[in-house]
Amino acid sequence: MNVSLNVNGAVHALDLDARVTLLDALRDHLGLTGAKKGCDEGQCGACTVLIDGRRVLPCLMFAAGTTGAITTIEGLCDSDSDAALHPMQQAFLECDAFQCGYCTPGQILSAIACIAEGHADTRDEIREYMSGNLCRCAAYPNIVAAVEKVRDASSSRNAKPALSPTGERR
Amino acid sequence: MRAFVFEHASDTADALARSAADPDAGTTVAARTQYLAGGTNLVDLMKLGVMTPAYVIDIAALYDELGSIDATPDHLYLGAMATMADTARVAAVRRDYPVIAESLLCAASAQLRNMATLGGNVLQRTRCGYFRNPGWRECNKRVPGSGCAARNGANRRLAVLGTSDHCIANYPGDFAIALVALGAQVELVDVTGATRRIAFEDLHRLPGDTPHLETCLSAGELLLGFRVPAGPWTRRSRYVKIRDRASYDFALASAAVALQLDADGTVAAVRIGIGGLAAKPWRAHRAEAALTGQRIDEASARAAADSEFASATAVGENAFKPELGRRTLVRALLEAAELEVSDE
Repeated sequence: MNVSLNVNGAVHALDLDARVTLLDALRDHLGLTGAKKGCDEGQCGACTVLIDGRRVLPCLMFAAGTTGAITTIEGLCDSDSDAALHPMQQAFLECDAFQCGYCTPGQILSAIACIAEGHADTRDEIREYMSGNLCRCAAYPNIVAAVEKVRDASSSRNAKPALSPTGERR
Repeated sequence: MRAFVFEHASDTADALARSAADPDAGTTVAARTQYLAGGTNLVDLMKLGVMTPAYVIDIAALYDELGSIDATPDHLYLGAMATMADTARVAAVRRDYPVIAESLLCAASAQLRNMATLGGNVLQRTRCGYFRNPGWRECNKRVPGSGCAARNGANRRLAVLGTSDHCIANYPGDFAIALVALGAQVELVDVTGATRRIAFEDLHRLPGDTPHLETCLSAGELLLGFRVPAGPWTRRSRYVKIRDRASYDFALASAAVALQLDADGTVAAVRIGIGGLAAKPWRAHRAEAALTGQRIDEASARAAADSEFASATAVGENAFKPELGRRTLVRALLEAAELEVSDE
């Protein structure tokens, strides 16, 4: 099938089997291996990418059914320049928010969305709204610290996020 | 994954026309034609080899027609293509129907809630391990007449209400439990274009001796949306979910409760749904009858729970679930009774 994917600002025309997931299209056909294949069944969050700013799981999407602007970890900073890392990438480094690093691209993209959604007001809220990203090294305390760090830096620069926090699950 | 023909429906009429060629479209897990909405359940089951459709009809474009959410004085209307995340974010849902928002927000993960639609969510299939693994020959839901490996197998998570000798799979969802409690209706359109509105409670079937027939949907029939009647009980509503993990897990037991209390604290109306424990989204009519006219306290809540679970049948590893279900319902009732509810 003819498939057009808008990834990190560039449009790619691909000829893919209908069975190819968005994750496999990114990794195997576009060489963007930042989105990791962990469970490949929607349970671990390692493949998390943003589509039109919303975090989703490309392992459960067919490439031929995908519309919207996709952002992968490779698209967070401008690789043509010596631009600094995205603030969330920098915060993960500074907070030591990973060990093996396999879940990290998904954690970072999910964390960016978590703040943008307005779901990072408290540690409990961050844990709840980051629960779709598993870390088998259990770097969770430092991941939460990285999210808090970026939240505090961005809230001092900007007003509150546009979306109000939802969810008060314990 | 088996090869399939991938079709994109441009609108509802186009989707219905495309499925009309298959006299079994969407009616069972084995049907050769399936609709694809958010994909979080279908794509997973296709990867597992549980579902092997020859034709997959992508209905994402139907969002424009079926993605709206409207609150009126009479009811709340939820379009079948609205996502879980968007629905939970609507102020009117959170303020006036908190049990719905809570049921959505304690389900799945933030990523999955951005993808999954309300229609697909209520039609999600059981997490029974024997259903989800085609390596097991016995599963009456997957292969009619093949038997039930779960009955004498790993059945800790499976159902204790509404089961049959042929199937003990539990319905896994949360949102449907809030819908069934609130007496919602579901609007459907069939391949001739005819629409009907039925009680949501009647959408799912009990397994009986045909566990492969999970809903009353006709071939190709599509969910349009859900109509939740307004009432003085919807604001005082609560969803309590008990699971093995603190987050991102299916319910072992859950209860959706909506209460209308008179000034003296007696129950004028109560609506109860039970999740995690039953073969389908379970309306707890017996518990509701037991509570009406009573004051909510630990004793009356316990008596109501006892009446509902009197018919519970455990088969082995799930022997703990009837008692867990009773306690979950008691907690939901007590918490709902204590909610501070404004009249604004």
